[in-house]
Amino acid sequence: MQGLYAVFKKELQDHLSSYRFVILFALIAMVSFITSYMAAVHMRENLEGLASTRFPFLMLFSTPGAMFSMVQFVAFFGPLIGLILGFDAINRERTQGTLIKVISQPIYRDAVINGKFLAGVTTIAVMLVAIVLVISGFGLAFVGVVPGVEEIWRLFIYLIISIFYISFWLGLAILFSILFKSIATSSLASVALWIFLSFFISLGAEVVANTVAPIDRKNEVQPEVVLENARIKELVSLSSPMILYSNATATIIDPMRKTTRSLILMGPMEELLSARFQSPLPLGQSIVIVFPHIIALIAITLICFAISYVVFMLQEVRT
Amino acid sequence: METETIIETTNLTKRYGHQTAVNGLNLKVKEGEIFGFLGPNGAGKTTTLLMLLGLSRPSKGHATVCGLNPLRMAREVKRHVGYLPENVGFYEDMDAVQSLEYVADLNGLKKVEAREKIDELLGLVGLKDQAGKKTAAFSRGMKQRLGVAEVLIKDPEVLFLDEPTLGLDPEGAIQLINLIQSLNEEKEITVLLSSHNLHQVQKMSHRVGIMIDGSLIAEGSIDSLAEEKFGVGEKEYSLEEIYMKYFQEA
Ligand SMILES: Nc1ncnc2c1ncn2[C@@H]1O[C@H](COP(=O)(O)OP(=O)(O)OP(=O)(O)O)[C@@H](O)[C@H]1O
Ligand SMILES: [Mg+2]
Repeated sequence: MQGLYAVFKKELQDHLSSYRFVILFALIAMVSFITSYMAAVHMRENLEGLASTRFPFLMLFSTPGAMFSMVQFVAFFGPLIGLILGFDAINRERTQGTLIKVISQPIYRDAVINGKFLAGVTTIAVMLVAIVLVISGFGLAFVGVVPGVEEIWRLFIYLIISIFYISFWLGLAILFSILFKSIATSSLASVALWIFLSFFISLGAEVVANTVAPIDRKNEVQPEVVLENARIKELVSLSSPMILYSNATATIIDPMRKTTRSLILMGPMEELLSARFQSPLPLGQSIVIVFPHIIALIAITLICFAISYVVFMLQEVRT
Repeated sequence: METETIIETTNLTKRYGHQTAVNGLNLKVKEGEIFGFLGPNGAGKTTTLLMLLGLSRPSKGHATVCGLNPLRMAREVKRHVGYLPENVGFYEDMDAVQSLEYVADLNGLKKVEAREKIDELLGLVGLKDQAGKKTAAFSRGMKQRLGVAEVLIKDPEVLFLDEPTLGLDPEGAIQLINLIQSLNEEKEITVLLSSHNLHQVQKMSHRVGIMIDGSLIAEGSIDSLAEEKFGVGEKEYSLEEIYMKYFQEA
């Protein structure tokens, strides 16, 4: 424990005082400020005259202003936070010869990797909470919307999911920093995997779906084929953590959404339901819908960390 | 001198692929002695030290350090043993004091306790004037001194020093040798050191071991090794002559 705490404390101090943290934070704060400003302007124009919307506060986060909403922004660029905090965690210590020094102190070896991971997660949490608070304060001051109890709960759950999501990328970056001795290689590898998982999978999903269940546009379109196509596309794209995350947060932050599925995959009754009753889903139901996504997200985060843990424990350290 | 054995290895072997770095090493270091570990580059000295600390897993055989098995009780062994790696590294954005504080923290020292200790050690290794300087700006020898200070923070019973005088100026080397000797005499710290500087080893070691290609080919006091190679005589042989003789015959 004593070793874990010492490593954690040092790593956290390093993170919070590093230039990369300051730059990242400035960048994200700036973007979130702009997007929520856009959202606020948009809301003002559109909500004028309306008696009441149920969740005006959450709209600050979920309304795409000019480009994207706050939530979309975290989905796209949140991974970068994780990667930047972790890509040189172990191999930098190896090259500067401090790793051997640290693990020849009377600590368990896993204190090093646990401490580093926890410090990263804490940094991520600090960053996200600060941003949510800034936007909330901004909403209160500028638009005058006050969050209700349910909205606060939803934001809280959203924060937890986001922390896990970004921690997954942190774990991945740490894994690469263990596997690759060179910092340049580990940073390149983690960015490459990020681009692949986040941007190429949706493309790949389309390709896979069209190969397995091609929709013949010349002849009569068969509904089963269209369904099959959509189902495959969805399945494949779920292997992208970004899509997993987007789905998981979708109904949490936007109570009007009742399913993570695309329209084409809804059953007739389901479709009828969502069209007829334009009422928000209660929080409990929102959670139930995205529960599998949340579990999957937490699972891949833990698995990723577990792999880093095992590899690190088995590796020989000579420097 | 005490005769209790504090470090013992039986048939200790380490293989990397098909290359054998350490080959069936049987070594005994007695409590309270300074043991000089000699051998050409790549002989397996560093590898042996790593196995003694539980940082590297032996392919065969086992070791005992302070009565403990380093493979199973690595943390306890590291409580007793201070290890100075051959190329000790530092966090570049820390100064000497911060660097020492972190090591003290890892050893579970209390703040006040650590502060006193750090002050004392900085004086001991002659870095008082550089206490607030970032380690990135340290010269090779200053880093070596800081490394020695870090090793002493935990009040070790045993010291593993991998080429401790490397990069030190002649005066610094003599100071360090004196420091090692006084630690050995006053605090009865057992020292296992590897070095290529035979004069220095001769000056401080009670016994030496010569390792070539992973095997220990000689072990004993310098006099006894001289006797073995040159027979009893009037002439005093230097460690260098003895080492070369062993080396040529191997
Ligand atoms: N990770 C590794 N993989 C393969 N072989 C290794 C590895 N590390 C060390 N070796 C080999 O093990 C042997 C012993 O190395 P070691 O570092 O113990 O030598 P040494 O006696 O400390 O040498 P020096 O005096 O140069 O410090 C060398 O032949 C080296 O090439
Ligand atoms: Mg060596």
